[in-house]
Amino acid sequence: MTSFLQANATLIITLIKVALILFIVLTVNAYLTWFERKVVAHMQSRWGPHRVGPHGLLQPLADGAKFLLKEDPTPAGVDRPTYFLAPLMALALSLTSIAIIPFGPQSLHVFGYEIKLQIADLNIGLLALFAITALSVYGVALAGWSSNSKYPLLGGLRSSAQMVSYELALTMSVVGVLLMAHSFDLRGIIAQQAEHARWGIFGWNLWPQILGFVCFAIAAVAETNRVPFDLPEAESELVAGFHTEYASFKFAMFFIAEYTSMITVSALCTIMFFGGWLSPFPASWTFTHYLPSVILIPFGLWVIWDGIRYETIWGRLVLTGIGTVIAAIGVALLVFPPANEFIQGPFWLLGKIFFFLFVYVWLRGTLPRFRYDQLMSFGWKLLLPVSIANVIITAFILLLRGPAK
Amino acid sequence: MTPQLIIFFVLAFIAVLGAASLIFQRHPIHSALSLIVVMVALAGLYLLMGADFVAAVQIIVYGGAIMVLFIFVIMLLNAGIEERTNASQMARFAGIPLTVALLGILAVAIFRSQESVQMALQPAKLADTHSISLMLFREFVYPFELTSFLILVAILGALVLAQRES
Repeated sequence: MTSFLQANATLIITLIKVALILFIVLTVNAYLTWFERKVVAHMQSRWGPHRVGPHGLLQPLADGAKFLLKEDPTPAGVDRPTYFLAPLMALALSLTSIAIIPFGPQSLHVFGYEIKLQIADLNIGLLALFAITALSVYGVALAGWSSNSKYPLLGGLRSSAQMVSYELALTMSVVGVLLMAHSFDLRGIIAQQAEHARWGIFGWNLWPQILGFVCFAIAAVAETNRVPFDLPEAESELVAGFHTEYASFKFAMFFIAEYTSMITVSALCTIMFFGGWLSPFPASWTFTHYLPSVILIPFGLWVIWDGIRYETIWGRLVLTGIGTVIAAIGVALLVFPPANEFIQGPFWLLGKIFFFLFVYVWLRGTLPRFRYDQLMSFGWKLLLPVSIANVIITAFILLLRGPAK
Repeated sequence: MTPQLIIFFVLAFIAVLGAASLIFQRHPIHSALSLIVVMVALAGLYLLMGADFVAAVQIIVYGGAIMVLFIFVIMLLNAGIEERTNASQMARFAGIPLTVALLGILAVAIFRSQESVQMALQPAKLADTHSISLMLFREFVYPFELTSFLILVAILGALVLAQRES
């Protein structure tokens, strides 16, 4: 038994990592819906979910149970194989893309095995991600077509046209970063930005590639079918768009796919333009390494304080418990400096990803939807030319600077 | 059997199965889906040869962009299940012998050039973007530019056709 484990150590470690990341991503997905509803609610002077659990914290669980237990009718006249394939494809592809994201610079060393904070370290990382994104159109398009209904068909048509149009801009906007990094490898792209780590935030690709970043951010929102580009599911025109005929867990699968691709795109944006796991402060400011504790401890204490004043006994118990755990993690990071050093990279990466997720929700709470012709002319006449211009400008400047090392 | 060989046969089987399904499916969308399976299986074969970049581009361009357009058009035209007509007399009589002849010629050609087929696998040359770009822009620069010109002409043609007379 032990020899079997030793012989297949890499395989087993990878499987454990896959299971762990799946668990984390799905949990984060669930709480992302809670976060989104809360933030949008507060933007609109409402409370948002607050009935199930303290501050509505158990709402995602209730939603999940509801999705699992609901009746799941298959509408008459659907194209059965495609109808069942579509949500599976959407979910599988969006979950696969997480495997390529690196979550931290250092590796864990457990029992002499090196464990990278990444499932698949590919040297064509970015291209592989784009290959997966390119295929993920089918989930939405086929769902629309196979439902045998007018509104989903319109949604599917819109989404395939939209995703093809914006994928061009998305890909072109990244070329500038690739030219600067000389690599498709996501770790390589961060390493290139790390050369300017002494400038902190000003060493990131964001500044030389500001045009590319703007194009990427807009095209990425369009690729994930989110407001203001959510025409495939525009509820005021198409009922629910491509997933109108899907009920129960099949509907949930589309939902999870959408939120997972939000996370992937935010991670990608962070890695390519915002320095990935690099700190925004100059590398010489080592005192900023205590920032995780400085944030976690007051936040934990605030949650405890909030919990003590909560109306229900259950809420008092849970909230103070959560607050204690958060504060304890903050204290533990102070007590164990190696752990604190290890957490620096993931802390900044996850912090920036969280920021972009907040921006997604912010957009949803703020912007009205594009009209279809506006969407098309914006994508083809503005976004694509600007991103191509960015490639040409970057290439010329790199050429003028002389050959790379 | 090495693991590579097993993976090769699995992928090749999927590709052939997808190609057969492409022909035998009655509905255009199912045929298009089968074609996507073929494209992705081919990308897997390229990966097996160590041509990562080509594999990724195969999926992005063929699996993604081109097939999405196929499906888009099929959905837009709302094409239904195809009707089988009696095949033309030509196809009925000449079809099978011609297929056998083509297969035979291909088999003989592959059998004769066993060595050169293996030589054609140059994983090192296709592995990274650096060597691919050197090949495209240095060794094969004229065919490459000619192809781009051809595509440009096609784009212009599409524009002219799509433009309404005012």
